[in-house]
Amino acid sequence: MEENYVYKKVGSVSFAMLSPKIIKKMASAKVVTPELYDKEGYPVDGGLMDVRLGVIDPGLRCKTCGSRLKECIGHFGYISLARPIIHFNFIAIILALLRITCRDCSKILLPESKIQQFSEKAKQLNPADTRSAIKKLITQSKNNKCPHCKARQYKVTIEKPTTFLENDRRISPIEIRSRLEKIPDDDCAFYALNSNVARPEWMVLTVFPIPPVTMRPSITLETGERSEDDLTHKLGDIVRINQRLFENINAGAPEIIVEDLWDLLQYHVTTFFDNDVAQLPPARHRSGQPLKTISERIRSKEGRIRHNLVGKRTNFSARTVISPDPMLGLNEVGVPEIMALKLSVPERVTEWNIEYLKKFVKNGPKKYPGANYVIRPDGKKKKLTEDIIEATLEELQPGYVVERHLMDGDKAIFNRQPSLHRMSMMCHQIRVLPFKTLRLNPAVCFPFNADFDGDEMNLHVPQTEEARAEAELLMLVQTQLISPRYGLSVIGCVQDAISGNYLLTKKDFKLKRELAVDLLASVGITDFNELPKKEIVSGKEIFSVLIPPDFDFVGKSRSKEEPELIIKSGKLLSGVMDKNNLGEGSGLLLRNLHKKYDASFAVDFLGKLFRLGIAVLLKRGFTTTIADTDLPPDASKKINEIFASSEKEVQALISQFNSNNLEPFPGRSARETLELKISEVLSRARNETGHIVAEYADDSSHTIIMANSGARGNILNLAQMAGCVGQQALRGKRIEKGFNGRTLSCFKKHDLGTEAHGFIKSSFKKGLKPAEFFFQAMVGRDSLMDTALRTPKSGYLYRRLSNAMQDLRVEYDGTVRDASGRIIQFSYGEDGIDVSKSEGGTISIPRIIQSVK
Amino acid sequence: MKKIEQKHILIPKHTKLSDKEKADLLKHYNIALSNLPSIVKDDSAVSHLTPKADDIIKIVRKSSTAGQSIFYRVVVDA
Repeated sequence: MEENYVYKKVGSVSFAMLSPKIIKKMASAKVVTPELYDKEGYPVDGGLMDVRLGVIDPGLRCKTCGSRLKECIGHFGYISLARPIIHFNFIAIILALLRITCRDCSKILLPESKIQQFSEKAKQLNPADTRSAIKKLITQSKNNKCPHCKARQYKVTIEKPTTFLENDRRISPIEIRSRLEKIPDDDCAFYALNSNVARPEWMVLTVFPIPPVTMRPSITLETGERSEDDLTHKLGDIVRINQRLFENINAGAPEIIVEDLWDLLQYHVTTFFDNDVAQLPPARHRSGQPLKTISERIRSKEGRIRHNLVGKRTNFSARTVISPDPMLGLNEVGVPEIMALKLSVPERVTEWNIEYLKKFVKNGPKKYPGANYVIRPDGKKKKLTEDIIEATLEELQPGYVVERHLMDGDKAIFNRQPSLHRMSMMCHQIRVLPFKTLRLNPAVCFPFNADFDGDEMNLHVPQTEEARAEAELLMLVQTQLISPRYGLSVIGCVQDAISGNYLLTKKDFKLKRELAVDLLASVGITDFNELPKKEIVSGKEIFSVLIPPDFDFVGKSRSKEEPELIIKSGKLLSGVMDKNNLGEGSGLLLRNLHKKYDASFAVDFLGKLFRLGIAVLLKRGFTTTIADTDLPPDASKKINEIFASSEKEVQALISQFNSNNLEPFPGRSARETLELKISEVLSRARNETGHIVAEYADDSSHTIIMANSGARGNILNLAQMAGCVGQQALRGKRIEKGFNGRTLSCFKKHDLGTEAHGFIKSSFKKGLKPAEFFFQAMVGRDSLMDTALRTPKSGYLYRRLSNAMQDLRVEYDGTVRDASGRIIQFSYGEDGIDVSKSEGGTISIPRIIQSVK
Repeated sequence: MKKIEQKHILIPKHTKLSDKEKADLLKHYNIALSNLPSIVKDDSAVSHLTPKADDIIKIVRKSSTAGQSIFYRVVVDA
């Protein structure tokens, strides 16, 4: 590659219009016929595929510049329009200009004095607003005569999309153009136009530029047929209609025919620029699919900017469905062998690793672990195939590069969309595994926000040493442990791992020593010295083996019996392990461990913890049954009593309301007060059933264990299954929608009772009555709609924020600056604190001093 | 523009920097005036200081995390 680049800094960018003169000057061919090819298949001279417009076929040379395919960037052509055509994108400006200038002398419709006054003010205005400001002044003056030539003015209106009317009479583009021509150069500046590069009359086209063929290449189909680009089709229409219009005018055809053709030409030119104009039917292919013209090429997500310029595609990446594997480390990713055969890592041959790399070359591309390519020192890349393996082995010497298959221990970046925060892309170590899914430890699901209901994830393999080092240092799972948002661990135990550790650390957990050793060994612990040497060990003692001997911690636990969690000198003395201590985003245990030791220790610890929890459950057995929600008879009796009394209470409130005896709350009507009071009674009733369910629930049942440990579900869910579902609310109120005066036709009109407004007395286990079921479906649908509508909105908001802030960074002096060096904040986040290295956003100096002592 | 009560607790303290302070500030951050955030001359928070263009306004805000945070803005014409 040649290294003679010229470096320039962009000073400014200016936008201008093409004048007819420039269009003709930059054109290298005049297009006169809509035909593309002659009978022999050669481009017609003066046609749309004219050889002077550039080359799109290999082997040919451009007639204008003499260069070959891909060297020649293409050249414009032009056609002369038989009648002027309004450029659609300038409609708004043309309308504004017609309204603020005299129809006769084209001067501004303001007297000299006012012009003077305004020119002072205009300097401060945004150029885009000046025209509307002038318009405002003119309407204020209420003078319908031109102050310069005294000609009477008429109201100019627009009939969308491209017709201008004056007193309901059409102004032809010829007339419009002549009016715009008469606008003096000096006035242009006034209208925020630079007359040197943008004369108003250029907004009405008289010559039309034909874009080069290189931007509308035709595709040769398998059948040998040529298929033209959408733009070529559109240009064909323009040239054909222009031709017909020209002939008709010359032949002296009646004005109606000429005008129809003129309108048709206007339509074609408009849709050439934009095929998505509100009032125009889009131009279509014969198949009925709309043509993709200029603005469709640029605009929107599939357009040139977002699709081709901002959007990038990568090699050495992979994507499939993910599935869990708790036996992997937290920072590992399981890669299917098929993927490992395709993804590769380049490794340079040296004296010391040549034998090692030869093994890969020997295996070739089909046998794992092999190699796919070999790059010679001169840069030639050779694909390894069965027949050249022998030759390559002979030839291989230091300086060559072997692209070997992905192996255990390689680093790769693992990602799940939407990549909303930096933990969505983390560097993992590769583990090549059988089967066809990417595997990850379920504990890292949380930062990725992944589950296994069909989620897919992406894998990127860095190809240079620099990229690998950067990924390892900045993106490895270890480095992402503590969230920069709230300064706590984003990775913790989930689900079974929490239940398991909860059971293990509960008071009554006892195990024979051999079994405990067995348990710890299955987790990957080999040193059992920490385990007390006695016949029977407790769960807490087993758990303590994981904790480093010099770790102290005091915290809370969810257990009622042991509300305090005490770890002293690496021994768990009191308290149980639950979600508050082990889970993600909660508890200081993980953060303190991370701080005291280091990130890799924390990850290792978490991995062991996770496996220990699961191992406990495997040994003990863990399941859940509907019988867990069974209530003893006297609990059901109590629940029924609660319902009876609350029903009575509600009825009393209703009759109080009906006899106008209900004392309204301040600022509320009696009806609103009734609603509030009923809601209060009902929610109290529901809570009480919840309490009863919790009271009578068997603490050793697995459902309760899950709820108590925080692994899954809570007491409220259990109460809904065993006791009662409770009030269904739409927009914070009881359900009121439905028929006139009632929610469903099975209720009496104006029934204010509990059941008629969505209180579900039944439990999920008992089953819902039809009306109850319907109310539940109403609320379920409502919340589903809510999430479905909210997601794209917040996605768009995120896109705007990330685009606005993508080049901000914290400089070495602590300021936040953008790419051009402008200061956004003088100290990052006002306080200059990195939350992930603080304690909940603050830095405690006394504690630092203490730890140094 | 409406006059506002400068002593209100919710209004951060705005002061004008002296020429020396200004030079020190620019030197400290190694920046030009154009790299500073801007504030309009007749912004109601600073209009009582009767600032000119290119003056620098020092704003002392209360911050729940830092206690006090200092911000600078350069005055611009509307």
